[in-house]
Amino acid sequence: MSQSYDRGTVESFGRWREFSAGMWAWIFHKLTGWILVGYLFTHIAVLSTAIGVDPGSAAVADGTDFYTSTLQGLEELLIVRFLEVGLLAVAVFHIMNGIRLLFVDLGIGLTSQDKSFYASLVLTGAITVASIPTFLAGVL
Amino acid sequence: MSTKIEEKPETETEADEQTSPGEQRRELKRERAAEREQQIQEELSEAEKTVGIKVFRFDPEVADKEEPRFDSFTVPFFRGMSVLDALVYARDTYDSSLTFRHSCRQAVCGSDALFINGRQRLACKTQVSDLESPIRIEPLPHQDVVKDLVVDMEHFYEQMHAVEPYFDPDELPDGELEEQRQTPENREKVKLSTRCIWCGACMSSCNIAAGDNEYLGPAAINKAYRFAMDEREGDDRKQERLRIVEQEHGVWRCQTQFSCTEVCPKDIPLTEHIQELKREAIKSNLKFW
Repeated sequence: MSQSYDRGTVESFGRWREFSAGMWAWIFHKLTGWILVGYLFTHIAVLSTAIGVDPGSAAVADGTDFYTSTLQGLEELLIVRFLEVGLLAVAVFHIMNGIRLLFVDLGIGLTSQDKSFYASLVLTGAITVASIPTFLAGVL
Repeated sequence: MSTKIEEKPETETEADEQTSPGEQRRELKRERAAEREQQIQEELSEAEKTVGIKVFRFDPEVADKEEPRFDSFTVPFFRGMSVLDALVYARDTYDSSLTFRHSCRQAVCGSDALFINGRQRLACKTQVSDLESPIRIEPLPHQDVVKDLVVDMEHFYEQMHAVEPYFDPDELPDGELEEQRQTPENREKVKLSTRCIWCGACMSSCNIAAGDNEYLGPAAINKAYRFAMDEREGDDRKQERLRIVEQEHGVWRCQTQFSCTEVCPKDIPLTEHIQELKREAIKSNLKFW
């Protein structure tokens, strides 16, 4: 509702310390969703430029393997490895909370919705930590 | 105290020749104020414990309250003291212009839903001892403030009335004195939803209702649930009720943040009821051919 005067931090996100579990779940679900959409388009852009389909270019005529060289180039960057860990964390949380929301929509276990949110956070953390050796192999 | 009262007529007769009646009255008023001040000090020092409250103040019609601000009051604590008790003490003792709604003091009337320490609560149902001091008391967020802690509830009531919150059966029993029986199971189903006291705490806590003024809000949907699930009303009426809540700004706006369920002072599982109405709406519309 619009206010004709400023009530300070009463109505703003500056109150995030007072948010409850369900609210955090909602915020994280939106955030991770947008990140995944952003990743999807980046992914499409990288792949479509890495397969060398421009028929006029000399490189294609040479038979250069664009795809492998592009991916190898990317994987050599430490930041890309860390971003991959981040991507996994984002995807896993979105999946876990998605399952939680499925149960909420089916009306199952609504009284323990906060616990299922914490469980999805813990699982996300565990899977992310477990994935670090795989993702960072070779660069560290 | 009694000696003071006896003294007063004397000072009045003496002052008669020199001062006007207005000044005499002001003199008396000052005396009373000083007396009261002393009494407050005594009360505060006698109390084993005191609590501080920080109260939101705003009044567009008073010059020095046009800018919203917080006033701090110190209140003597007693066992079992509610936030409403503290507010009443502050109003009666320090500032009679401190404005807030309250009526029954037992969580039935729903007048005193306030934003206390960052959460929508009923002031009369919230114990001071459960809160951190100083207690921060504000009017309900996402509603226009009329004055101090009083917010404009008109929009909330409009949404409540939009779901036609009254019992309206398809057919009445034949005999005039015949009862309309409800099964105990059906009563159990709607029991929690009938507890609503229209305090507006849920609506104020809802992030979606804050951004979408047309959204019915948790309280109104809960009301719709209460009657849609009542078996005595019949199928036709239920379909009509579902048509109201399944609109664009009805149940589908709910994003299951559970804020309303967390703050409801009557512990109504609001999100659960909204979700159930979503499923009912799907069931009545879904066709496989």
